[in-house]
Amino acid sequence: MSTQVKFVQGNEACVEAALYAGLDFFAGYPITPSTEIAELLSRRLPMAGGKFIQMEDELASICAIIGASLTGHKVMTATSGPGFSLMQEALGYAIMAEIPCVIVDVQRGGPSTGIPTHGSQGDIMQARWGTHGDHAIIALTASNHQDVFAMTIEAFNMAETYRTPVILLFDEIVGHMREKLVLPEPGEMPLVERLRTSVQGGVNYHPYLPREDGRLPMSDFGGVHRYNVTGLYHDMWGFPSADPGVAHGLIRHLVDKIENRTNQLARYKEYFLEDAEIVMVSYGSAARSALHVVKNRRNRGERLGLLELQTLWPFPRDIVREKCAQAEAVLVVELNMGQVMQEVKKALDHPEKVFLANRIDGVFITPTDIRKILRLIQGKGV
Amino acid sequence: MERMRMVFTGSGGQGVITAAIILAEAAVIHEGLNATQSQAYGAAARGGSTRSDIIISDEEINFPKVIQPNMLVCLTQESYNSFAPIIRPGGLLLTDSRFVKQERKVDAWQVELPMYKAVMDEIGKPIVFNICMLGAVVALTELVQPDSIMAVLKKRIPSGFVEMNQKALDLGITMGAPHKR
Amino acid sequence: MALKDYLRQRFFPHMWCPGCGHGTVLNSLLRAVEQLGLSKNEIVMASGIGCSSRISGYVDFHTLHTLHGRALAFATGVKLSQPELNVIVPMGDGDALAIGGNHFIHACRRNIDITAIVMNNRIYGMTGGQFSPMSGVGINATTAPFQNIDRDFDVVKMATAAGATFVARSTTYHAQQAADLIKQAILHEGFSVVEILSQCPTHFGRKNKQGAAADMMERYKDITVPVGSKKKAENPDLIERGIFVQEEAPEYCREYDKIIAKAMKG
Repeated sequence: MSTQVKFVQGNEACVEAALYAGLDFFAGYPITPSTEIAELLSRRLPMAGGKFIQMEDELASICAIIGASLTGHKVMTATSGPGFSLMQEALGYAIMAEIPCVIVDVQRGGPSTGIPTHGSQGDIMQARWGTHGDHAIIALTASNHQDVFAMTIEAFNMAETYRTPVILLFDEIVGHMREKLVLPEPGEMPLVERLRTSVQGGVNYHPYLPREDGRLPMSDFGGVHRYNVTGLYHDMWGFPSADPGVAHGLIRHLVDKIENRTNQLARYKEYFLEDAEIVMVSYGSAARSALHVVKNRRNRGERLGLLELQTLWPFPRDIVREKCAQAEAVLVVELNMGQVMQEVKKALDHPEKVFLANRIDGVFITPTDIRKILRLIQGKGV
Repeated sequence: MERMRMVFTGSGGQGVITAAIILAEAAVIHEGLNATQSQAYGAAARGGSTRSDIIISDEEINFPKVIQPNMLVCLTQESYNSFAPIIRPGGLLLTDSRFVKQERKVDAWQVELPMYKAVMDEIGKPIVFNICMLGAVVALTELVQPDSIMAVLKKRIPSGFVEMNQKALDLGITMGAPHKR
Repeated sequence: MALKDYLRQRFFPHMWCPGCGHGTVLNSLLRAVEQLGLSKNEIVMASGIGCSSRISGYVDFHTLHTLHGRALAFATGVKLSQPELNVIVPMGDGDALAIGGNHFIHACRRNIDITAIVMNNRIYGMTGGQFSPMSGVGINATTAPFQNIDRDFDVVKMATAAGATFVARSTTYHAQQAADLIKQAILHEGFSVVEILSQCPTHFGRKNKQGAAADMMERYKDITVPVGSKKKAENPDLIERGIFVQEEAPEYCREYDKIIAKAMKG
């Protein structure tokens, strides 16, 4: 058998992908259920000449990776709900200062300490709106290890392309479960490298002046261009500015560079949607249960389909709208009280046809849980 | 092949979870099958039991948890009491005769083997009890080749321990084989 | 290089009040950099939030104006990822020791080669004069209208206890000494802390009847003595200036290089 096949936890699949993508600096703080990512990288990174540091808390961890990104490195941190809450302040900074970085949130039950060892998908809205102020964010998720690998690569690529933090919203179930992972050969998956400015030393370099294609070439700290990076509203030089025109342009730029590319950033999978009467919309671990039900019901001739979202933010409303257009009912399957269901409702002309199958008790949603809701939708009673 | 849904239970330190990982990894890496392995944290601490779920199939596995196992392994009385009722009717229930007295009547093919005793008599090291159990599982189910288990073990353990593990695996196979249905 | 070549002219005039001590600290800092002959390209200055933290905008280095209290965490990422850079972190007393206290002690503990300059004016100036962890008992502040009951930290003792391997103190009155201490701190391989007492006539001086800026600076002359001075034994209320800790210890980035070597050997 090929040595490229591994049997690993989802957290390890994320580590393999991050290294494949060129990660060479990680800062983190231990927290269940993401700790394996830090443990593995503390070994793997120095083996590849990279750096790992365990910081004093999660906030320090995200600050450290932002600092390391500015010297030209591909960076990542990993955490879970409470740590992700702590990171929100610096997440806003990375958005504002346009620093490429990847933040993994292996979700567990919350709020607060919640239930550390049990899965949840309760951080969808924290990923979107956890930090203050108007902004856009990219958040990706995955339901199996091959996709954890693929989405982790995507996260690094999107972070570099759009000079922005990207959040990987995994969950305890996928993070801790073991299954097959086929490692791609080097070069098999496209990687986006840091876009560095071609402006020579001594010539004016504007760190916050987008090129025609919207991208902002960077210059590494330590290089020939010295510039200012700040969380304040700033001009194209990176200097603080209270000019209303500068402020307006900056916030529009930060939002538009992502929201205007919603369709381009949409990653999803579809199963049996062509003639589906009931479309399930799900993501992350919950999509595994949903797919299980869809396949079983298809075998019995029932017209069920699944739209599995991998990009959660910016929310792919056009895709959801298109894929659910013909459905008589839409069933959102998720491990929270309807965080994505609300977005699906907003995307559809008939929000009244959207239903929710969920669990919020730390127990992974079972096919039986989903079937119960299906029976209600199909008018078969409980 | 028919999808195999298994639950290994016991108490912390018996190597139940390790055994589950080794079996599933052998199926994936050396037999070209699909497998998932997951374990209950926290919840399984109720009653002091550990539990690991394994699904092995030649098809894609979506839902990774086991609700009703085709095969249930219980290495303590407590885990037997807790989990025996979840076995799929007609499923295979393997217990160790030193630790578990099969009391309840379940609709299952019940196999009691003196695995712990054999390990202590023949090898004298309780650490390979779980590998002996794996040997019995392999013999009873023929899910994977014993060589596949050994190939996984060789990557995980220092070379000095390979022989002891091989012996434990063989012990389990010898004990399990006559009970194969 | 002339001193003004280290400044970003377009950023002036600066935002500090007339009489603020922070300009003097900037002066001492630039003199230190000039005397060391450092290239502007090899210096990264990371700062947090507050009056003191605006210093990073005024200097023509690679500058990172970050979050309140978090500058040392950002700086740790910069330094560990690119150890050949000189990393300097100017901080205010609230920035370094209240909101950033945990980052401060852990940076000391790691002994990573960063130079922290604590510009201690004993007040939150930018927000209008609230007491800080350095204000001390009996001080008047906008959030201590009946006088402060919070005891203060001793930065030098705390940095020492936390493991910083270079710890020094000076004042804006002793600007040349301050420049010399910053120079030694930058040269020191390991985490260095230089506390500089810096007057805030606007929010601290006025409320606490310490007079104008010049009076406050005169006061620094009167209330401080060189380390080990006999006067200190006679009057324990005097504040010592100079170097308190200067020791060699394994530096974090160098130790990490050894980890890489070990890991690569397998």
